[in-house]
Amino acid sequence: MSEMKKIKNLKEFSTSADRFEGANLLCPGCAHSIIVREVLNATNDDLILSASTGCLEVCTAVYPYTSWDASWIHIGFENGSTAVAGAETMYKALKKKGRLKQPERNPKFVSFAGDGASYDIGFQWISGCMERGHNIMHIVLDNEVYANTGGQRSSSTPIGSSATTSPEGRRSYGEKRNKKDMISIMASHHIPYAAQVAPNKWKDLVKKIQHGFSVDGPVFINAVSPCTTEWKFDPKDTMHLADLATDSLVFPLYEIIDGHELNITYRPKDLVPVEEYLAAQGRFKHLFKDEYKYLIKEWQERVDANWAYLNRREEARV
Amino acid sequence: MAFDKMELQKIEVWDGNRAAAQALRQSQVDVVAAYPITPSTPIVEGYAKFLADGYIEGEYVMVESEHAAMSGCVGAAAAGGRVATATSSQGFALMVEVLYQASGMRLPIVLNVANRALAAPLNVNGDHSDMYLGRDSGWIQLDAFCPQDVYDLNFIAFKVSEDHDVRLPCMVHQDGFMTSHTAQGVHTLTDDEAYGFIGEYKPMNDMLDFEHPVTHGVQTEEDWHFEHKARQHNDLMVKVIPKIQAAFDDFEKLSGRKYNMVESYDMSDADICVVCMGTSVETAREVATEMRAKGIKAGVVGIRVIRPIPFFEIAEALKGVKAIAALDRSSPNGAAGMLFNEIAGCLFNTDTKALLSGYVYGLGGRDLTKAHLVSLFTELQKNVDAGKVTTPLQQFIGVRGPKLSFL
Repeated sequence: MSEMKKIKNLKEFSTSADRFEGANLLCPGCAHSIIVREVLNATNDDLILSASTGCLEVCTAVYPYTSWDASWIHIGFENGSTAVAGAETMYKALKKKGRLKQPERNPKFVSFAGDGASYDIGFQWISGCMERGHNIMHIVLDNEVYANTGGQRSSSTPIGSSATTSPEGRRSYGEKRNKKDMISIMASHHIPYAAQVAPNKWKDLVKKIQHGFSVDGPVFINAVSPCTTEWKFDPKDTMHLADLATDSLVFPLYEIIDGHELNITYRPKDLVPVEEYLAAQGRFKHLFKDEYKYLIKEWQERVDANWAYLNRREEARV
Repeated sequence: MAFDKMELQKIEVWDGNRAAAQALRQSQVDVVAAYPITPSTPIVEGYAKFLADGYIEGEYVMVESEHAAMSGCVGAAAAGGRVATATSSQGFALMVEVLYQASGMRLPIVLNVANRALAAPLNVNGDHSDMYLGRDSGWIQLDAFCPQDVYDLNFIAFKVSEDHDVRLPCMVHQDGFMTSHTAQGVHTLTDDEAYGFIGEYKPMNDMLDFEHPVTHGVQTEEDWHFEHKARQHNDLMVKVIPKIQAAFDDFEKLSGRKYNMVESYDMSDADICVVCMGTSVETAREVATEMRAKGIKAGVVGIRVIRPIPFFEIAEALKGVKAIAALDRSSPNGAAGMLFNEIAGCLFNTDTKALLSGYVYGLGGRDLTKAHLVSLFTELQKNVDAGKVTTPLQQFIGVRGPKLSFL
């Protein structure tokens, strides 16, 4: 049986011993480290972790230092999920053969990857891991851009965002395509659990991670990770941006159980207009020019439609 | 869960793929992560059937690509257990990124490669293009000339690769189809003898030791990268050859079968010789014997260990020879062949001033016939008689159309 932490409040949470050290090279205000600490703090069990190439990886394991007080592996950009799946397979083999050094322990296998490493280059590897039923959890640190390489668009980059490979300009409003619906794709693998989380809603996040650790089979988590550098906001405002993301419903918080049972886990009491979320970020600044204001209206309509869709699915239990 | 042992005949009729699958079974591999590709597919099919029939206790994961196969192997090896897989050609090419990562992370993994041509044009038959593609990947690379070698070299591969002084992955190459699909008599070891030879896997820096967490696959830049690469190269250059020799010696004691870094045939008094790899070694030996019957002192050098290149052993094997043909089964695409260059390097600062010429042959499964080798040996003798290379330094043999030669 897995061992879960019982944490009552934020103060207790912030002082809880964790296995991800504060000493790392992530930008001040980066949400990645907050999310990782929240995930690792959700369990007392042993952890076998991986990171795909990206901000988290290059900032936490620069030889001869490491920020990780749990076994951790990085291979490449696309294969972090498969790395941890390989370790999980070895665990099963050694368990069967009676060769585990600490057979009484109950490790959890988690792979962290950015949206580029998950939605794009690592897509096939993650799909393979989900399809094969490995007992692993893949967590996307979704900052909607290739942040580690300086802000190129990924298939998670939303419409109207200015990225270095889809920049706004005299004849362009930036990214033209809408974000890939990765959670639906992953849920369609009929995995036991898929969910969207946000670092500001830490109780919701911890509950979902703990649920993910309790199920047998692959788990997919998409975590919104506001990026001070590429979203262009003040580093002190990270949690404010996360609040705007969840409370405008641009990042609705929900879960999908066994590929079909959708539950909305957070309903904002005071809805924030999408315009406010966009206005808080430099990457959308150009949308406030007169000729692009229609895009803000379309943004709101898209978010409303998605919210209605999620509600219909929750109600229909399909 | 237990598994059954298998009773083998003293001599089994196996092709190279079957020999590899049996060797993996007897090695009691903990994790195989694999993806099928011609001509190596029967290795992983055979292994899957052993598993289905209860002869294997380890885990077997059929992943969605060769890149994922090697990625899974890296994760499994880092976790701390015996790991192996198999591939060929395009699959090998897809794996290349992870091959460098596996060796740089110093993880023991055994990879069976049934050598095959690389597209384009697409071709399923044997040549050494994939082998050559991986030659700078930091892996130990052994070359089998026949199914017996495939079987035996797999045990050598595990023993050397997993040695704590080595900790480097190891490939066992065999010729696609000519070895992989051609059945021959293979002398077997019992399950206990084979496993006893390799021994139980001894973990090191294993992720699954929860009391000693370990970070694998770090970032280094100009401050440390060079030192890591230099150390890996150092270990390949300094440590691996003695370990392979020790494993060859132990294996000879167990099986009576003797392997060498460089397999010399009739070389003690040879005037001329062919240097080659794979199944061509056997063909060349047969023709060399026939040449001797005609009074031409011909010999053959087969390269058993491709990486690390047995630099001094090659020079020693070629000492005293007057003319050498280097046979490369991969298009150099704008250069002299790999073996030509390696041999030139091995001999350049020695007293051996042999005449060296290169031949590119057998691409995409084209046969190397005895007739080709007869005319090749005849050319070498002509070079000896003339005291110089009388042909272009690089010739293509067995290709249709006007004779192709360069340099």
